[in-house]
Amino acid sequence: MRTIFSIMTDAVAYGMVLFIISIGLSIMMGLMRVVNLAHGAFAMIGGYLASYALRDLGVHYGVAILIAVVGAIVASIPFELLLYRRIYRKADPLIQVLMTIGITFFIIGIVNFIFGPSLKPIPLPQTLSGPLDIGFRMLPTHRVFVIVCGLVVALALWLLIEKTEFGIKLRASVDHSGMADALGIRTEIIYAATFALAIGLGAFGGVVGAEILPIEPFYALRYMVTFLVVVSVGGAGSILGALSASLLLGLADTTGKYLAPEFGDFFFYLSVIVIVFLFPHGLFGKAHT
Amino acid sequence: MAVTHVPHKRNLPFVQDAAGALAILALGAVGYFLYPDDLAFLTRLIGIAFLVLSLDLVTGYCGVATLGHAAQFGVGAYAAGIACVRGVTDPVALLVVGLFAGTVMGLISGALITRFRGLPQLVLSIAIGQLVAGLANKLSWLTGGSDGLSGIEPSKVFGIYGFDMYSRTAFLFSLGVLVITFIVLKRFVRSPFGLMCRGIKDDDLRARMIGVSIYPRLVAMYGVAGAVAGIGGALTAISTGVVGLDSVSFERSAEVLVMLVLGGAGHLWGALAGTVIFMIFEHIVAAANPFHWMTLVGLLLILIVVFAPRGLIEPVLSFWTKFRRKGEAA
Repeated sequence: MRTIFSIMTDAVAYGMVLFIISIGLSIMMGLMRVVNLAHGAFAMIGGYLASYALRDLGVHYGVAILIAVVGAIVASIPFELLLYRRIYRKADPLIQVLMTIGITFFIIGIVNFIFGPSLKPIPLPQTLSGPLDIGFRMLPTHRVFVIVCGLVVALALWLLIEKTEFGIKLRASVDHSGMADALGIRTEIIYAATFALAIGLGAFGGVVGAEILPIEPFYALRYMVTFLVVVSVGGAGSILGALSASLLLGLADTTGKYLAPEFGDFFFYLSVIVIVFLFPHGLFGKAHT
Repeated sequence: MAVTHVPHKRNLPFVQDAAGALAILALGAVGYFLYPDDLAFLTRLIGIAFLVLSLDLVTGYCGVATLGHAAQFGVGAYAAGIACVRGVTDPVALLVVGLFAGTVMGLISGALITRFRGLPQLVLSIAIGQLVAGLANKLSWLTGGSDGLSGIEPSKVFGIYGFDMYSRTAFLFSLGVLVITFIVLKRFVRSPFGLMCRGIKDDDLRARMIGVSIYPRLVAMYGVAGAVAGIGGALTAISTGVVGLDSVSFERSAEVLVMLVLGGAGHLWGALAGTVIFMIFEHIVAAANPFHWMTLVGLLLILIVVFAPRGLIEPVLSFWTKFRRKGEAA
């Protein structure tokens, strides 16, 4: 019982980290059809910035998160203007894959050159580091914090996409960008805003999830595949899909690591193959023609 | 990509092939006589060239985007290595083992991957690659796990030429196999089957409308690609004496994709050129800090995609065609 409970807590927390980072990628892929393998690289920029701000500038944890998110978005602007614009929507996946792998390598090299190639711990503030008493059990506060963050992100995104004018324009652009353009929606502004939102979410997830996915020199490469898999299992552009895929894969991975650690990622990828084979557009995705 | 270089005249079918073989042999001779101390590296380069050629068959000729192609190479390498450790030491027999294992792996992954296009295809290819890597790590009684499979000591080639520590035999043997494979592939991609695969890549709807069943063709092409990659894996296992987890890694898959696009996907010469340029570049720069190396490769890749998305071979080819047209007109 105790084991099940701790597996569940870890699995949900891990799933939420995956969700926060991948949802940005998912929206971006749903909207712009860019297989952005460099998403993890921007999360890594966020993590390095937060680590630098916390350890060398000594700012508060919340301020560090803010610095990470804003910094990653600022760092991503030149990439968006110069490179990503070329590959929105129409480009063939091979070109997208190559360009975003190139961007990933480039960012890994530059970031490690500036900040030094070592593991970057992100020290937690006092309030988040201890255990939390939830009545009948003690839970690590950080795990609860991550889960709450994930739920808040999911709710906020749902409100943004379903209830605001920006959301309406966003959905219109996702469903039919040509028609949206013709109706006077400035799709390139929607694209740029969504790109910034995606990068910001990635950086946010990278920082709050640093306990679970540690920020290290090859972070962007190591988790590149994981984030892509979450999006493809959930279905690009679907919040519910990304949430359920994150939790499902988090559960599969954590359970596998607890019960059969020597098998590593084997069951994870086996389940991915089965799911993708059965649902090629993801659990909640729509077929794009 | 349009089919631009179908030979018009077929009266001298072997001239082109002989010229190609001579070109590779000449390059090999340059390597052999000018860099006798780097033969081990050049042998490794040839092994990787097989993998890039194999990737060219599925990516360049069929338009399948894959990031798990090292699986075919690794399966061939492990099969040859395991066979050698268990007593089959004849190099040619080991090549056949690698070829067979690669073909089987190619057919399996082709059957899964080519059912879809776009993102599902990419993710399936990655997942299969990672699955093979996970298995290679897990089945340590068979593969040596993370320590790698060592103790591969093949006997003499044809019973005459033993493998020496300067890799001379290994290099010449690999070069010979490369020339044969390259010529076979050259003819293969010009065959009706190869041309039909190009047709599928250009416009799969049209291919379907004229009555071509696409799926079996793509799977068959994957089988051929697996065979080529398996030969490369077996050669690498024979010449280096070890097979490590890096031969099935995601990084390897990504790297060969970079080499292919650098040279030019859809051309066998492009695949070779990309391998040579990238491997030599890596050989020189890798001595530096690995992060500088990554920055440079990333930059190179971005520049290629932006300025020469069809690879470095394309300008050369268009110059060549212009040159020949001029010659014909005169």
